Amino acid sequence: MTLQGVLDAVAAVLMVTGALLSLAAGVALLRFPDLLSRMHAAAKPQVLGLLLMLTGCAIRIATVVDITTMVLIAVFQLATAPVAAHMVGRAAYRDGQTRTDLLLTDELAPHLDRFSDKPDDKPSRFPATPPE
Amino acid sequence: MSPQRPSALTKRERLRSRAIAVIGLVLVWNLLWGAFTWLNTITGAVIAVALLVVFPLPPVKFGGRLRPVAVVKFFARFFFDLTVASFQVAFLAFRRGEPRSAIVAVELRVKSDLNMTLVAEAVSLVPGSLIAEADHQTGTLYIHMLGVRDAAHLERLRAEVLQLEARLVRAIGSDAELRLVEAPVPTDREERPA
Repeated sequence: MTLQGVLDAVAAVLMVTGALLSLAAGVALLRFPDLLSRMHAAAKPQVLGLLLMLTGCAIRIATVVDITTMVLIAVFQLATAPVAAHMVGRAAYRDGQTRTDLLLTDELAPHLDRFSDKPDDKPSRFPATPPE
Repeated sequence: MSPQRPSALTKRERLRSRAIAVIGLVLVWNLLWGAFTWLNTITGAVIAVALLVVFPLPPVKFGGRLRPVAVVKFFARFFFDLTVASFQVAFLAFRRGEPRSAIVAVELRVKSDLNMTLVAEAVSLVPGSLIAEADHQTGTLYIHMLGVRDAAHLERLRAEVLQLEARLVRAIGSDAELRLVEAPVPTDREERPA
């Protein structure tokens, strides 16, 4: 097998694996029971799926201009996906959107009052008393 | 004053943190254009400085130093964990039944903002964990763990987070921080309300 053939095969495997992981993320989004669990699906298999896809593309395309863009996509994906997941998850938890019957333990609940009002921070955009 | 809490930055530190921001932005600019040329670097630097004047970044205290071997180790382990995590969650997606989960409080040993941010980022991307809340006063991360089987599994996941923190500090922490994480983890931790 030629070098190009090997590279093509590697790229194909990476892209198909990436696609399957993204599919799994989609299935997980539909099947997982509550919002926090679903954020796991959105944050993880999809990130690796994208990374594999990008690597596969980089091997196939192999021009510097495109690869630099793909590096940026990867970096920003890794940097931003957890932040987005955290913001959504946090809002969901405070809003009581968690299926507590599925939680083995919840070590946040006893401390939640710490987060409703933080005097050392900038004035909070949230009301000091959490809505019932 | 505890050594972990960052105090006000000195002028030199502030300058250094700005310089790093400029270098980072110039790098991004070059990558966006797809070529490292003098023209890109100079225009990138002008834009970076302008950006930082208009939108100043919050100061980041970086008291550590880079240890290249530990950095490579950290990333190697990180990508390994990322791969395992992805397939675990993918597997859970196709399994019957609803996955159990748990919210665990993990108190980090190094409580600097930078360390908390980086640990939170890495934790969010590795096996079954998501940051539900972060308390920067006590340096505690509240982590939602997916697919937790039982209490023993939970403790193992908790220990994994602390190991991740240790790897990170080994990679970029200061010597004082390194001593904090190299200290043995107390096995009989204080009782938490279940």
